[in-house]
Amino acid sequence: MDGHHLHRIGRYGRSLRRFWLSSLQAEFEYQLNLVVELLAVVGNLVGSLFVLRLLFGNGASLGGWSWDAALVVLGLYTLLDGFTSCVLQPNLSQIVNHVQNGTLDFVLLKPIDSQFWLSTRSFSPWGLPGIAAGLALIGWALMQRSSAISPLGLLIGVVLLVSGALILYSLWFLLASLSIWFVKIWNATEVLRYTLVAGRYPISAYPAALRLVFTFVLPVAFLTTVPAEALLGHSSASWVFGSLAAATLALVGTRLFWRYALRHYTSASS
Amino acid sequence: MTRRRLQRAGRIARALLSSQYALMLEYRAEIALWALSGVLPLIMLAVWRDSNGAATAGLSGAQLSHYFVAAFVVRQFSVVWLIHVFEEDALQGRLSPYLLQPVQPLWRYVAAHLAEQATRVPFVAVMLAALAVLQPSLLWIPSLSQLVLGVLAILGAFALRFLLQTILTMLCFWSERAAALDRLALIPYLFLSGLVAPLQAFPPAIRRLADCTPFPSMVAFPAQLLAGEAVDVIDGFARLALWCAVLLPISLVLWKLGVRRYGAMGA
Repeated sequence: MDGHHLHRIGRYGRSLRRFWLSSLQAEFEYQLNLVVELLAVVGNLVGSLFVLRLLFGNGASLGGWSWDAALVVLGLYTLLDGFTSCVLQPNLSQIVNHVQNGTLDFVLLKPIDSQFWLSTRSFSPWGLPGIAAGLALIGWALMQRSSAISPLGLLIGVVLLVSGALILYSLWFLLASLSIWFVKIWNATEVLRYTLVAGRYPISAYPAALRLVFTFVLPVAFLTTVPAEALLGHSSASWVFGSLAAATLALVGTRLFWRYALRHYTSASS
Repeated sequence: MTRRRLQRAGRIARALLSSQYALMLEYRAEIALWALSGVLPLIMLAVWRDSNGAATAGLSGAQLSHYFVAAFVVRQFSVVWLIHVFEEDALQGRLSPYLLQPVQPLWRYVAAHLAEQATRVPFVAVMLAALAVLQPSLLWIPSLSQLVLGVLAILGAFALRFLLQTILTMLCFWSERAAALDRLALIPYLFLSGLVAPLQAFPPAIRRLADCTPFPSMVAFPAQLLAGEAVDVIDGFARLALWCAVLLPISLVLWKLGVRRYGAMGA
């Protein structure tokens, strides 16, 4: 890598730090939020565990998954939901406002990649309790199991989790950038958030037809079930490659789509 | 004299409803998306159907599907978003002209919600029709009495949700973070109302706890009525009425105090 590239990456890294520090300063003005978010995370987690318990009933499995294994899936869901609140929601829900108010013009004029700026400009600390709770739940569930987690399984699990997060980002970004054409569909991302709730449970708990939908149409499977399988030490090569391919495809897709969208962007007044 | 007043109220209601309906039609695309985002009960149905939990609670496939499809319909027509628009209206000062009009401003928001529900009807019908094509076994035809009682209970559930959110919305006058509190109130609603799990599957102690809250009246009771389950109709409506009777005076008092404070802000 030549010096020019290194310089560029350093510039994006410095920008990211500035972005997130200034967001944090603004957010910590509202300390009440911390209490509310902590209560919300605890309440949601208790409720989810309660419903999961009900789904298990007197039986020992849900879609072939044991209680501990299902907890890993729930933990991954909680973690990704926290990631959504931290990064995706605060940034991508703003795209429609930029389009509506014409401030997207200013973003495009900045000497920084517009997709990068729009995706990373803000950071909301209020998703952090969710991330912490998700990690704690995953860790606890993995410790309950008799067999220790293998380093390789952990590595693959983390890679697949990142891959899942990238898929999630791409879905959000695609829907949010549709607002370049349809200003009124800003809440399409809300629909996404409500349907992704399906990721709270292992994919095999759903009927066969829905499993196909949750793999190929709305790839919920790659978000929680696939990384969970890796963490539990029984990932299959086809799912690993499927997830990596889906993430690559999704990222390249957002890039091409954003370029295409910008060609159609005609500013607010025109 | 009373006839005059009734006539006047009728005219105001007609004007509010028709103007709000025209406004809501403008937002058809958004409302279609909101309708789509209400799929949670259907997702839960898919998980519950083959679960051990359903067998443990003694719930058959038909019972589950009727219950959750009914819960889906109940949720569609009892969504309340007052706090989001009201917060904006208070902040931007749009509330001030409403206060000058000779009608309690909350009625305007009630009319907006009813108009939004009317706009939702075709989208919910399309979603149910899609279900009928894909999985005809999920649907059933309720009897006339079930339908009438179910619709009444949905209206009651909507009124109750509206009153509860009105109370939280009035906190906008004191705090910038009232919406965050509303998000907290959504959590017990989500888990105790019967939206994600039928109340029959609850352990007895938690079932009793849930029954002490207004939440089961908001989803489970109307859904059970629509699904044709054996429920105590009198008891259910009495609970709805009781909770409304508790929440209504609180919200009106908070409204009075809040508006006084709104004036004091000089907005």
